Amino acid sequence: MYQIVKAEKLADKIFLMEIEAPRVARACQPGQFLIVKMDEVGERIPLTICDYNREKGTVTIVFQIVGASTEKMSWLREGDFFQDVTGPLGKASEWIEDDIEELKQKKILFVAGGVGTAPVYPQVKWLHEHGVAVDVIVGAKNKDLLILEKEMEAVAGNLYVTTDDGSYGRHGMVTAVIEELVAGGAKYDFCVAIGPMIMMKFVCLLTKKLGIPTIVSMNPIMVDGTGMCGACRLMVDGKVKFACVDGPEFDGHLVDFDQAMQRQQSYKTQEGRAMLKLQEGNTHHGGCGNCGGDR
Amino acid sequence: MADKKNRVPVREQAPEVRAKNFEEVCLGYNKEEAMEEASRCLNCKNARCITGCPVNINIPAFIAEVKEGNFEKASQVIGESSALPAVCGRVCPQESQCEGKCILGIKGEPVSIGKLERFTADWARENNIAPVPAKEKKGKKVAVIGSGPAGLTCAGDLAKMGYDVKIFEALHEAGGVLVYGIPEFRLPKQTVVAHEVENVKKLGVEIETNVIIGKSITIDELINEEGYDAVFIGSGAGLPKFMGIPGEQANGVFSANEFLTRNNLMKAFRDDYDTPIHQGKKVAVIGGGNVAMDAARTALRLGAETYIVYRRSEKELPARVEEVHHAKEEGIQFHLLRNPKEILVDENGWVKGLRVIKMELGEPDESGRRRPVEVPGSEYDLDVDTVIMALGTSPNPLISSTTKGLDVNKWQCIIADENNGATTKEGVYAGGDAVTGAATVILAMGAGKAAAKGIDEYLSNR
Repeated sequence: MYQIVKAEKLADKIFLMEIEAPRVARACQPGQFLIVKMDEVGERIPLTICDYNREKGTVTIVFQIVGASTEKMSWLREGDFFQDVTGPLGKASEWIEDDIEELKQKKILFVAGGVGTAPVYPQVKWLHEHGVAVDVIVGAKNKDLLILEKEMEAVAGNLYVTTDDGSYGRHGMVTAVIEELVAGGAKYDFCVAIGPMIMMKFVCLLTKKLGIPTIVSMNPIMVDGTGMCGACRLMVDGKVKFACVDGPEFDGHLVDFDQAMQRQQSYKTQEGRAMLKLQEGNTHHGGCGNCGGDR
Repeated sequence: MADKKNRVPVREQAPEVRAKNFEEVCLGYNKEEAMEEASRCLNCKNARCITGCPVNINIPAFIAEVKEGNFEKASQVIGESSALPAVCGRVCPQESQCEGKCILGIKGEPVSIGKLERFTADWARENNIAPVPAKEKKGKKVAVIGSGPAGLTCAGDLAKMGYDVKIFEALHEAGGVLVYGIPEFRLPKQTVVAHEVENVKKLGVEIETNVIIGKSITIDELINEEGYDAVFIGSGAGLPKFMGIPGEQANGVFSANEFLTRNNLMKAFRDDYDTPIHQGKKVAVIGGGNVAMDAARTALRLGAETYIVYRRSEKELPARVEEVHHAKEEGIQFHLLRNPKEILVDENGWVKGLRVIKMELGEPDESGRRRPVEVPGSEYDLDVDTVIMALGTSPNPLISSTTKGLDVNKWQCIIADENNGATTKEGVYAGGDAVTGAATVILAMGAGKAAAKGIDEYLSNR
C-alpha cells in the first residue's frame, strides 16, 4: 500500500498527489512515468512523474479527470492509500545524458499544454538545479485551468503564459507564442513539447518548418507499462514503437500523430459507459435497443 | 475391476453452457473416480512416465497412494518434486510428457496422470494440507525475479533448503503467466493460483510486487546494495509479436497479451472491475498455439463469433489436443491453411475485415514441419471487426539490457546452462521462458528446479 501524503486540487478537474513510493522515488529521472492502481478493481493508470523527493521517498503525480477511474481517484484524500504504485517506467529524457556545460550553451524551449504542464515541470526544475535556464511557454484553455504557474516561474528562465480565451496572460495558442519568440530573434537548439496530442502535433508542424528539433512525450493507452501488451504502440519514422519501453519521449517530427490520436479512441465507448454508470448508477442495460447494453 | 483400456471419463461443463461463462471447463475427478482411475496404473518398475516429467515426480508412487485412498501421502510424494501441482494437473501437456510415455497408451488410453495430480492437489487444498518450512536456515539471501512458474518453483525449492528468498514481481499480483496469461476457465485464479502462491509463501518466501527489475532497481544493486548472495531470473517471455501487415495499427487489433491481460489479470470480464475490454462481434485470432486457443475461447465467452486463422493444417497446430478439442466443442471455427495478408480498415480507423490467402503445405522446414506456401491469387476477405495476434512472444530486454555481463542470444533469450541455470554473470542464474523463449509452464518449473540446485551448489561452495 502506498500512502498519499499530500492531495491538492490545482484547478477544475486537475489534482496533485504526493505519494510514498520509495523505490520509484529512489530511481526515477525526468521524463519517466509510473503506474498507479487505486484498489483491487481499479485500472492501471500511467502518469508522468511530476516531481520526486528521494529523501522522503515520495513521488508527485498530477492528473486530470478524463473518465470514471480518474474521477474515483480524485476522491482520494491525504492519508488514503493507493493499492499499487510501480515504476519508474520508460526512458529518461535523453538530454540528461548530455554534458551540462554544453547544455548551458544551448537555447532550449519548453512548451507545456494544459495538464502537460505537470510533466514539463520536473524537467525544467532539473535543468534549473543544474544551472541551465530555459524558456517555457505554458498554455491553458483559460485562467482557471492554468496550473503550477508559481512553481514554474521559480525554475524557468523566461516564462510565457497564454490562454486560449485570453482570460490570463497572452491570448492565443502556444504556437503563436513560439512564432512570436522566433520572430523576435530567439534561436532555439531544441524544443520539448508536452500536452494534448493535438497540441503536440501542431507544435511539431511549426517547429519542423522552423527547423527546431522537437521532443514530445506520448501518453497512449497502456496496460502493463513494461512492453507486454503492445496497446501503446505507435508509428515513429514508419516503425512500430512501444511508448512504454521505447519512449515515452520521441522525436516529434517523426511521430504519426493522426494515428496515435485515432488509437486513443479505442475504448471511448466503454469509457463513456463507465462514466455514465458512475454518475447515474447501474441503469444502463441496453434498454434503448441500439447499443447492446452492457454486453 | 478397472478398465485397462479406457480411462475413467472426467466430468466437464457442457460446451453450450461453458461457452457463456468463465467457470472452469473441467470439473475433475471425485474420490471414487480418482481411486478407480489410479487402479489402472501398472506401477511399472522402470516407470517411463517419470522420465517424461520435467520435474520427475514419482508418478507411480503417488498414484499407488491415491489407489489406496491415502491422499495426504499422495500429495506429499508430489510435493517432493513440484510446488504447483494444482496448476500442472490443469495446464501441463501430459499427452506429450508423462502420459505420452505410459505403457497403457500403446494398446489403449494411458493413465490419466494429469487429472490424478489435479485431484490430489485439490484434495490437499480442500483439506488444508500445508507445506512445511525448512527447520534450519542457511543465513544466505537469494533474490528471485518474476513470480511465474519458474520463479515460484525456484523460490520454493530454495526456501525448503533453508535460504532466505524474496521474489520481485513487476505486476501488482503474483503468478506471472498463470495470472495474466492463462484464463480463469482453464486455471481458476483464486482457488488454484493464489493458493499455490500462498503455499510457496508458507515455505518462508517473501514476495514484493510492483518492482520492475532493471527500472526500479538493477540486479547489480540487488547484490551490492541489498545484500543478495545470488539471483535467479525467471522473468518470462512477455513481448508480443506483430505480423507487420498493413492495417495492424487499426483500432480493434490487439496482441493476445493485451486481450488476455485485460481479461485475466485486470478481470475485465467482470462488471465490478474497471478495466475495459473490446468485445468484438466477429473476432479472428491469428495463430494456432495454446495462447491462440485461450484468446479465442475468451472472445467467444465475451459474446463473439470467433475464428482461428492458422497458416498450416490441423496436424501442425501447436496447441494441446485438449484445448483444440474444447475450442471446437464450444463453437470456434477453424480457418486452417490461411494466412492474413492485410487488415481492412474503415474510414474511422477501425477494423472492418481481414484479407487472407490460402496456403498449401510444401517441403518440411528446419522445424521439421511442412512449410506453408501461398496459393497465388487465392485471397479473400473475412468479415470481422476484431483481430487478435497470437503469434508467440519473446523475452523482455529490460533486465538483460541493464545488467552488465549478462549475455543474451540473437532472440534476446538469456544464455544459461540448462543443467544448473548458470548465466554468464557470476551468482546470477536464469530459467524458464526468459531463457528458452515461450514454452510451457512445466518446462519453466523444471528450469526453476535445476537453477535452485545450481544456486545451492554455488552458495555451498562459497
